[in-house]
Amino acid sequence: MTTEAISSGFSTGPTATTGPRGPKPKTVTIGRIGVYAFLILSAVFFLLPLWVMIVTSLKTMPEIREGHLFNWPALLTFDPWLKAWDTACTGRDCNGLKPGFWNSVKITALSVPVSIVIAMINGYALSFWKYKGSELLFGILIFGAFVPFQVVIYPLIIGLSKIGLFATLPGIVVVHTIFGMPILTLLYRNFFASLPIELFKAGRVDGAGFWGIFFRIMLPMSVPITIVAIILQVTGIWNDFLFGTVFAGRENMPMTVQLNNIVTTTTGIREYNVNMAATILTAAVPLVVYFISGKWFVRGIAAGAVKG
Amino acid sequence: MTTSVSIKDLSLSFGNVKVLESLDLEVAQGEFIVLLGPSGCGKSTLLNCIAGLLDVSDGQIFISGKNVTWDEPKDRGIGMVFQSYALYPQMTVEKNLSFGLRVARMPKAEVDARVKRASEILQIEPLLQRKPVELSGGQRQRVAIGRALVRDVDVFLFDEPLSNLDAKLRNDLRIEIKRLHARLKNTMIYVTHDQIEAMTLADRIAIMKNGVIQQLADPHTIYNKPVNLFVAGFIGSPSMNFIKGDLSGTTLSVDGQANIPLGNYQFANQTNGASVLGIRPEHIVVGEDARKMPVQMESEIEIVEPMGADTVAWTKIAGQSLTFRAAAEVHLEPGQKVLIGFDPGRGSVFNAASGNRI
Repeated sequence: MTTEAISSGFSTGPTATTGPRGPKPKTVTIGRIGVYAFLILSAVFFLLPLWVMIVTSLKTMPEIREGHLFNWPALLTFDPWLKAWDTACTGRDCNGLKPGFWNSVKITALSVPVSIVIAMINGYALSFWKYKGSELLFGILIFGAFVPFQVVIYPLIIGLSKIGLFATLPGIVVVHTIFGMPILTLLYRNFFASLPIELFKAGRVDGAGFWGIFFRIMLPMSVPITIVAIILQVTGIWNDFLFGTVFAGRENMPMTVQLNNIVTTTTGIREYNVNMAATILTAAVPLVVYFISGKWFVRGIAAGAVKG
Repeated sequence: MTTSVSIKDLSLSFGNVKVLESLDLEVAQGEFIVLLGPSGCGKSTLLNCIAGLLDVSDGQIFISGKNVTWDEPKDRGIGMVFQSYALYPQMTVEKNLSFGLRVARMPKAEVDARVKRASEILQIEPLLQRKPVELSGGQRQRVAIGRALVRDVDVFLFDEPLSNLDAKLRNDLRIEIKRLHARLKNTMIYVTHDQIEAMTLADRIAIMKNGVIQQLADPHTIYNKPVNLFVAGFIGSPSMNFIKGDLSGTTLSVDGQANIPLGNYQFANQTNGASVLGIRPEHIVVGEDARKMPVQMESEIEIVEPMGADTVAWTKIAGQSLTFRAAAEVHLEPGQKVLIGFDPGRGSVFNAASGNRI
């Protein structure tokens, strides 16, 4: 080695040009193959029930009795779907799921906007217009999320029937709004709390009041979190069974209750294909909501968590 | 000179925590006042009180002769610029500027005229149709200033407007704010923790600590005649040297090892006892020049920090650390023995117990 190399402190030997350089090459290890195999197996395992439901709903009853649970139907039929929708019997009525579907649409279409609008205003007021006791109120509201629904059902029945709303459409909307309030208010309060307080102050200096700041500044900014709220509420209210049974009344039975009645009605043989078709139909709405809004859902949660 | 903003006996407490206590401040028409202090000293709180964004616990606030203590922010004749810009993200620059005017239901022609004027002054006309996300930090802050400008207010309030910008942009915008003040001649109250901003912008600086204004004076007085140890130590970088000793008459004895004669220091309120001599690093000279100084001493250099324009050196006298600033050409290195000297007349002497200037 020359004296220059020693004094400069750097080695100019062959390792400098032949050593590792650029991106590290990716290697397929046994461990990685194992991870993928496990993931694929789990996916298959969790998708199997759905597969069974779909193929069963497309089979005729004689074929189902043969017991080949996973087979593709030999004789493809859509009759069970039509029956589930149109003519399946729930007790004495034989109208299928159809009326329940429209009842669920009515309940969801009313409850979702009402609950979200109230929660939005709640969250906004609790983040920006704090008053004496507002934190306490928020605490009580959040406590509501931990109260088991079953505990308050009886008092609610008495209360609603006293004001004539028991077993009516407005009644069930009120119930969904009440029970959606804690989680939705939390969602909106935390979202608004994550916005810079200066934005609110700037609005006040510019002369906007409570509603001015709400509608012109905060509302346009809360689109992502509102999409999250809509998804939460649509799936929650659509899938609800308990409140529907208790509060909706015979006229407004939602789809889930009707599905239950179809499945548990035991006159004659149990029509597995019709039951499967009815279940898929009922579950279709939240599934569709997830599929078309999945991207928005993730984006909304991320936006709410990080900045706004 | 007429008074623009007048704060009388202002107190504010959050629960048991007193943030501001019986604070008085008079700001003249067209004056640029900087509220300077470490974080948590109450300077931003004071600004929020003036803006009407916080309710005061006691006291009064007058703006342009009107008692605005109970008024809404919009009725106080103030415009405010925030550290985080606080631009409305979903509105274009033009809508951001005109928001306040539209809320006040001003005729559209008037709104357009004002937006045009403000965007000309701030040179943001090409940006009017953009959204805030499409702007750089400096452009955003300019729009934020414009939002105060369009409202044609008497008083501008700045809450650390440059703290989010990088160093170079901060210098550029500082000059622009100074230019803006020279042009508009509005009263401006500016909160910062950056002493350079305070020194360069202010007509008068109010240095705050624990909710109390320590000293309110022009930058020159603040720098050269600080009223107490806090102000002396807060302003200046590197900070003022403090030499602790015992004062008797006009001699400060430092641990019995050295006696510093304070010959031409003008005492305002001479008090014998434990005292601190404050001397700025640039008032200490080194080498041949030191021989002309009333106080001279030998010392050994410990660390040298070349700054480019000049060099800061660390040394010790009588066991107490001392920094001084020398011209960049002077060659200094650690271990070197040098003669340093200073004129106590340019320093400040404080009583160690009270911390006040004597």
